[in-house]
Amino acid sequence: MSYRLNYDEIGLRVGLEIHQQLDTKTKLFCSCPTSLAEDPYKNAVIIERRLRVGKSELGEIDPAALFEFRRGRLYRYLASPSYSCLVELDEEPPHPVNREALVIALAIAKALRSNIVDEIYFMRKIVVDGSNTSGFQRTAIIGLGGYVETSQGIVRIQSIALEEDSARKIEEKDNIVTYSLDRLGIPLIEISTAPDIRSPEQAEETAFRIGVLMRLTGKVKRGLGTIRQDLNISIKNGAKIEIKGVQKLELISKIVELEAYRQYRLLQLKNILLEREVPREDISLDKLVDITDLFVNNKNKIARFIREILEKNGVALALPLKRFKGLLGFELGPNRRFGSELADHARAWGGVGGLIHSDELPKYGIDEEFLKEIFRRLSLSHEEDGFIIIIDEREKVLKAFEAVIKRIHQAFEGVPQETRAAQEDGTTRYMRPQPGSARMYPETDLIPVKVDEELLKEAEKYVPEPFEIKLRRFVEEHGLSKDLAYSLIRSRYIALYEELVRKYSPKISPQLIASTLINTLKALSSEGLDVSQLDEKDLEEIFRALSEDKFSKELIPDVLRVKIKERDKNVDEILRILSIKRISLEDLEKIIDEIISKSSEEIIKRREKAFNIIMGRVMESVRGKIDGKIVAEIVKRKILELLRSSGQ
Amino acid sequence: MGSLLNELNKAYKILGVEPGLYIRFRYKNEILEGVVMPPYVFTDPDIIVVKLKNGYNIGVLYSEIKDLEIIEMKRPEVGSISSEKIVQRKDLPKIIVVGTGGTIASKIEYETGAVKPSTSVDELIEAIPEVLDIAYIESETLFSILSENMRPEYWEIIAERIYNYMRDEAYKGVIVTHGTDTMSFTASAIAFAIQRKNIPIVFVGSQRSSDRPSSDAALNFIGAVITAVKAPFAESVIAMHHETSDTKIAVSRGVKTRKMHTSRRDTFRSINSRPLALVDPFKKDMELIEKEYIPRSKEEPILMNGFDKKVALIYSYPGIDPEILEFLIEKKYRGIVIAGTGFGHVPEYMIPVIRKAINNNIAVAVTSQTLYGRVNLSVYQTGREMLRAGVIPCEDMLPETAYVKLSWTLYRTDNIESVRKIMSTNYVYEMNPRLTEDLFLR
Repeated sequence: MSYRLNYDEIGLRVGLEIHQQLDTKTKLFCSCPTSLAEDPYKNAVIIERRLRVGKSELGEIDPAALFEFRRGRLYRYLASPSYSCLVELDEEPPHPVNREALVIALAIAKALRSNIVDEIYFMRKIVVDGSNTSGFQRTAIIGLGGYVETSQGIVRIQSIALEEDSARKIEEKDNIVTYSLDRLGIPLIEISTAPDIRSPEQAEETAFRIGVLMRLTGKVKRGLGTIRQDLNISIKNGAKIEIKGVQKLELISKIVELEAYRQYRLLQLKNILLEREVPREDISLDKLVDITDLFVNNKNKIARFIREILEKNGVALALPLKRFKGLLGFELGPNRRFGSELADHARAWGGVGGLIHSDELPKYGIDEEFLKEIFRRLSLSHEEDGFIIIIDEREKVLKAFEAVIKRIHQAFEGVPQETRAAQEDGTTRYMRPQPGSARMYPETDLIPVKVDEELLKEAEKYVPEPFEIKLRRFVEEHGLSKDLAYSLIRSRYIALYEELVRKYSPKISPQLIASTLINTLKALSSEGLDVSQLDEKDLEEIFRALSEDKFSKELIPDVLRVKIKERDKNVDEILRILSIKRISLEDLEKIIDEIISKSSEEIIKRREKAFNIIMGRVMESVRGKIDGKIVAEIVKRKILELLRSSGQ
Repeated sequence: MGSLLNELNKAYKILGVEPGLYIRFRYKNEILEGVVMPPYVFTDPDIIVVKLKNGYNIGVLYSEIKDLEIIEMKRPEVGSISSEKIVQRKDLPKIIVVGTGGTIASKIEYETGAVKPSTSVDELIEAIPEVLDIAYIESETLFSILSENMRPEYWEIIAERIYNYMRDEAYKGVIVTHGTDTMSFTASAIAFAIQRKNIPIVFVGSQRSSDRPSSDAALNFIGAVITAVKAPFAESVIAMHHETSDTKIAVSRGVKTRKMHTSRRDTFRSINSRPLALVDPFKKDMELIEKEYIPRSKEEPILMNGFDKKVALIYSYPGIDPEILEFLIEKKYRGIVIAGTGFGHVPEYMIPVIRKAINNNIAVAVTSQTLYGRVNLSVYQTGREMLRAGVIPCEDMLPETAYVKLSWTLYRTDNIESVRKIMSTNYVYEMNPRLTEDLFLR
């Protein structure tokens, strides 16, 4: 089903935070390389640390930080000397900021027409989930303001920051989180837009536009995980929800669509709660009922996992919810109900496996009869009311219920402000409360950097050229038609095009690259093929093979067709599938000789005019195996030879 | 207020703004709002620092600020923690924490943008409430200095205060919070200044300031409290991270310990010795490693306070100028500790000036800059010449410990032979007669 809404009507507003790794030689604050270990465990020393909540200079404790601290987790760091040093281990203060990174960041700020600050101050942004060994991320604003154009209007830039990337999470098990330090400290540029975006599509286009612009500096990293988007989404009367960790551009519009829907539905839920006059004050911890005995009595029926928890000193507590019938199962998105939202909170704060709510029953071996027993015990009506059960160690259950109750109360107000994590399917889950500005304090180990003329001049060399100039260059220098050049600039392949031209021209002409990326892909798409299946690596592989003469350009559409359908095949395998082998010039000459000798009378009769006929016959048997231009040359030569030798 | 403004950079004066003001202004083509922050030491004179609503600080040229409006006075309240009152358990062993400053008691200071000691011991305890389950903690803040500014005069004050607490039977241990730079000097000074100790004196510091989530302060402090309460030894010790991981706290003798890394958490290493014990700050227990130690006792400690200030510690090197010693002789120094090369050597040409110093009644003690191993002046000709000149070899004593001990010794005697005798007497395990194979660079 579609979750689309009328976005003007619901007042959708979206802002993006785009994080892009810069392609520098060394990290932002030390001299380690900026590449990732293939095997993070190789040669790694394992260091164990814990983090405590620090107070900001205003004596406040950040709610997001407190949340992580309460979980009391142990952090394990894989520190390979090839990828990290004492700086990443928080055992040495940061070195002065990497000038190369600063210059690239300034170039991007300039390209976005941002106002560059006069002096740069690095801050410590408190992050105590262990992803930074120090417990904070070093970050500095380098630019304020600016804008990017989209087909649906201008989107303003709020700020541009230069910061260090976090450590790479390897695994999370039993309250121990393992991180690899290779990624920690890679320079990252963070671009935050104003909430000017009004539709899911515009969100995706904005991310794409900014992404292309950064790519065109030629100084940013490519590949999965090198660019990450966070989204801030709100609707009228909703709340600004921060969604973290979107790695795929194509997911953005889906996430916006689903989050707008979720907020829209939460507002509807609020109205229902008010209409039904659900007694809000009755939803509290002191209303919990211990129904462990019911479960023990029914232990032959219930699901094994429940039995196992109960056997390990688990208790089953139930929260009665008057007039809640149907509300726990209230749909908030694909496979997402209000009950799933509550379960997320129970898991995050109580560390329990989840919860059971009345709208999903009968399930887990709780049959109609058992269900009636529960309703009776809780003095609730099967027809009108609902309940939630959580089963685990008492302390965990209480913590979980505390969070669940808080969340239910928030439902009476509408949409609670929080940070959510993006899932693969475009839905989101509760992650933690939103951090406040209490999380920022000055990085005292670094001195401020004055942005002087010299720095700005250095940055100038990476500022991508404006599109008007690019257009002219494509036409005048690359020989593209104006139409093709224009389509290219508007397409998602603009950065790839420039990179391919840099690598493969003149061996492969810019026209061929451009028309493949624009016209051929468009043609394949109108054949009904899903060209979005192809990523840039696929396309580049095909051009590389072409430059190595593995096949001829006539065959590009065929190769692409196979690649779209069988992405795991490499070009060699695809050529085998197409059972095309290149033919040698000798073989070609033999084929041509044979055809010419068979048709010699015709040739003599029609003279040069026979060329097209012969050419057609030859191509029939060599198409795709060799460049048509070469075939034409030889055919022409052979015909002339024949005509000459026939003495005429 | 006027005076504050005078100390600010030019940009602040021209704009007439001071820290704490909430302002709005046009900057290039943006309208910005934020709180004026104090300039850092390295802030350009033409720049003011503004904290934006999103928490970031930026530096803006005063000349770029247009349409400045002052909205309100909103001084950022620095520091005070508004949490509940500390509840102490009287049934727990009582200890005293003496604060002297250092990173462990430091936080960011806005005026300079630097880390300075400003946290009181109480604030530290408040931030590490776990310790309240281990001990009943009293505290006194004696100084708030970074330890590079520590002086022998301060050692004397610290010794005096600690001694008074030690005479009170109520205390089971003493903790001294201290900067790490010269912690082993002070710990050595206290080791000598209070003889016949009855309870442990535990020095503790941190390599990362307490306001950082990754600070080592909390675990080190917990380790120190456990040591103060549980240690069977009554020595002047240092409790700091045993390794870079947050696992154990090593408790080492002040006289045998040295700061060996500029920045690592496990910077303190026992040299020519082992840590006395390892503490697990999570399980709150202690594993004793060294079996020979000065035990706790019921006897009254003896204060032998006082350090001679005319003692120098010099490093020998190829090309060292004899004039350096001439200067010390001229300035009427009373003692010189040489950190010699190898076995404790100085260049041969230095021997006449050393002889001259000794003839001027200056005590010359010899240690080695290799730190590991024992001084031996009998093996080579130069060493024998040094001995003949009358230097005092200090066995395997650390140069810093020898410096403290010589200062302490010279405060008590003029007689060079008495000095030689005291320097050669092992008072608090400052010398290890048995250097076993395991005692080298682990």
